[in-house]
Amino acid sequence: MRTTQGIREHRERVMTATATRTDQGSDIEAFRADVRSWLADNFPSALQGVPPAMEGASEGKHAADMERWRERLAERGWGAPHWPQVYGGAGLDHAHVRVLAQEMGRAGAINPIPMLAGMGVTMVGPTILEYGTEEQKQRHLPGIASGKVRWCLGLSEPNAGSDLASLGTVAEDRGDHFVVNGQKIWTSGADISQWCGALVRTDKSVAKHKGISFLMLPMDQSGVRTRPIRLISGASPFCETFFDDARAEKDDLLGELNDGWNVIKRLLQHERASQTSAAGPGGRQKPEGLHDIAKRYVGVDTSGRLDDPDLRARLTQHLMDAAAHKLTAERIAAEARGNPEVSAAASIMKNSATGISQARSELMLEIMGQQGLGWEGDVFAADELSTVREWLWGKAISIYGGSAEVQKNIISKNILGLPETTQKG
Amino acid sequence: MAALSEEQSLIRDQAKSWVSEKAPVRKFREMRDARIGQAYAPEAFSAMVDMGWTGILVPEAYGGSDLGYLTFGLILEELGRQLTASPLLASGLVGTSAILLGGNEEQKQAWLPNLVDGSAILTLAVDEGPRHAPEKTALAASASGDGFVLDGSKVGVLEGMAATAFVVAARTSGEPGSDQGISLFLVPADAKGVTRSARVTADSRGYADVTFAKVEIGSDALLGSLDEGFELLDTLLDRGRAGLAAEMLGIAGGAFAMTLDYLKTRKQFGRVIGSFQALGHRAADMYSGMELARSCVEAALAAIDADAGNVAELCSLAKCKMGDHLHLVSNELIQMHGGIGMTDEYDAGFYLKRARAMETIYGNQAFHRERYARLLGY
Repeated sequence: MRTTQGIREHRERVMTATATRTDQGSDIEAFRADVRSWLADNFPSALQGVPPAMEGASEGKHAADMERWRERLAERGWGAPHWPQVYGGAGLDHAHVRVLAQEMGRAGAINPIPMLAGMGVTMVGPTILEYGTEEQKQRHLPGIASGKVRWCLGLSEPNAGSDLASLGTVAEDRGDHFVVNGQKIWTSGADISQWCGALVRTDKSVAKHKGISFLMLPMDQSGVRTRPIRLISGASPFCETFFDDARAEKDDLLGELNDGWNVIKRLLQHERASQTSAAGPGGRQKPEGLHDIAKRYVGVDTSGRLDDPDLRARLTQHLMDAAAHKLTAERIAAEARGNPEVSAAASIMKNSATGISQARSELMLEIMGQQGLGWEGDVFAADELSTVREWLWGKAISIYGGSAEVQKNIISKNILGLPETTQKG
Repeated sequence: MAALSEEQSLIRDQAKSWVSEKAPVRKFREMRDARIGQAYAPEAFSAMVDMGWTGILVPEAYGGSDLGYLTFGLILEELGRQLTASPLLASGLVGTSAILLGGNEEQKQAWLPNLVDGSAILTLAVDEGPRHAPEKTALAASASGDGFVLDGSKVGVLEGMAATAFVVAARTSGEPGSDQGISLFLVPADAKGVTRSARVTADSRGYADVTFAKVEIGSDALLGSLDEGFELLDTLLDRGRAGLAAEMLGIAGGAFAMTLDYLKTRKQFGRVIGSFQALGHRAADMYSGMELARSCVEAALAAIDADAGNVAELCSLAKCKMGDHLHLVSNELIQMHGGIGMTDEYDAGFYLKRARAMETIYGNQAFHRERYARLLGY
């Protein structure tokens, strides 16, 4: 049993060990200075706080600046900074990536490449890095990392949503290539993407999880047709995608034939990891705190308390949830030490982030009262109108990427080890 | 779990193995059944003293190891897991913090070595009514000669029957309800005019109601500044709250482990009940809640160690989130166990009873939501 004396001796050893860690710290600070001066030289100031439009940088008054900014980022490999340099990244570890993000945030600079690449940087790319052949990595990753090639994902089908493995889109082996037939739904940005990562059935004779493969399909071919879907928010970020004798080459298979379920499980972990920010549906943190917005609309009593005790209590609950989420994200990052992207906590964090984001939207609507019901017109301010659209769009986030219920299944089975629902004990 | 230093891991492992070998929940049951007066086993506390736990917050100059609150929290969590009873939180954390925060050099020298070696048990006497409301302190301390005379009473003083001395929050000026005019005093439990009676509570732990009838104390009994003790009291309470939250993390962890084990073994309708999705999803919610609450608790403890500017905010966050989570887990513990969870023979009830006590002490969830809102300015 250790006594305080023993503890003290041990501490001296620990303190010697921490001395070496400060060397890393100075390297980080040098990198920070480098980023800062590079941003001063290369980030077009006209783009401060300007997010790239969903459809890309080719439109609007900032188009030229945005394209220049994209090119410069891509030159340094900072579009996907954690990827290896040979594939268009910068080979940075987590600590350096964080510094880069902090400095870009400070400068009001937004990295447009992950948005321009669609599902490329966040999901398809990391999966290719893991499962792709050397030839596939060299062929696909640089285009994604530079933001020049946009990817969509063909996963869900009209009859395969949460039960994704029951998908029916078929890829037939024709010797040197595959012929694909079927329909996908909720393919984000399919109408403007150059490539699609699609889950297809390659063996009907085995259990549903075991006959699935992951194919990479070029979208620019006669066998592929897309139709945008209009959502309750009025926006059309998703398409239906129809494959009618579409063609994919043999070497466009990612991972082994019939091993697509493992590929997609990994890809969805990357997706969850990318959805764990509770900053709101748009991924942007509102500069004004929710309680300040509430004070503006609701008013305060003589002692400075929000003039609606019931709202105030629920608002506090929400703000505490958001604080707990943020602290947990920081804790996970600290614990993962360099591998923050994928962890067992992804399901927890996805549900927490979506719950908080949706609760925030509901509170915003409630706080704004009549002003939180607008669809269009001058009687509503721009942020009031966007609140309504974000509220509606936000309903999707607990459905896609594995619904909240699917995440709970994952936690109860994979993390807690509870038995399968169908299993007889 | 926070990214622990090697040293912290060692201390946690030591606590874990000691608690499961020497002070498991079975020991708590024996103590409850014996109805022992001070509501903890003295030999268990002696062992804690021998392991250096009472010195964890104390600088080396006063005989401690100065390892900080996050480290202390690791131990409290392990104690909570098995409901190990002791004055480690009430005296080793709260009483000791009072001296560290408010004591002058003489007071530190007089108190800290004795707190470290366990000969002094110093606990905070703050609440006077059923609800935690430190600014409503009414117990009067009036100047008399070169000292003070205390008149009034305190309720639910943690480990109040075992205490050798109290940190008493008293009103030296102003009216109850005002945070001005409060002062803290160090009062020996055997001072003339101090009487105490055990408060028998559902969680079978040690609490006392203490009456101070014309208790005369010297001016050297004043801890911190006269009339301006509220800030000290609030800072002290925050440390206690963070410590409570750490122990609650262990209680919730213990309760959840019991529940999960039961879900994996209990069979009904021909299958293990954990295979029912209605239960699996609730278990997933509990697990997620635990991870989120843990982050708050560890952040609060780390903020105290770093002397950060947002300690008050984080302590209210930790106590509140942990309280909500423990509330849920302790109820689910009983519900998911069904009938057997209702029996005294099973340990589940101990966790439920302890949960509510811990939620109540130093401010329940509503108290801390209110405080959090005030701190954020709305």
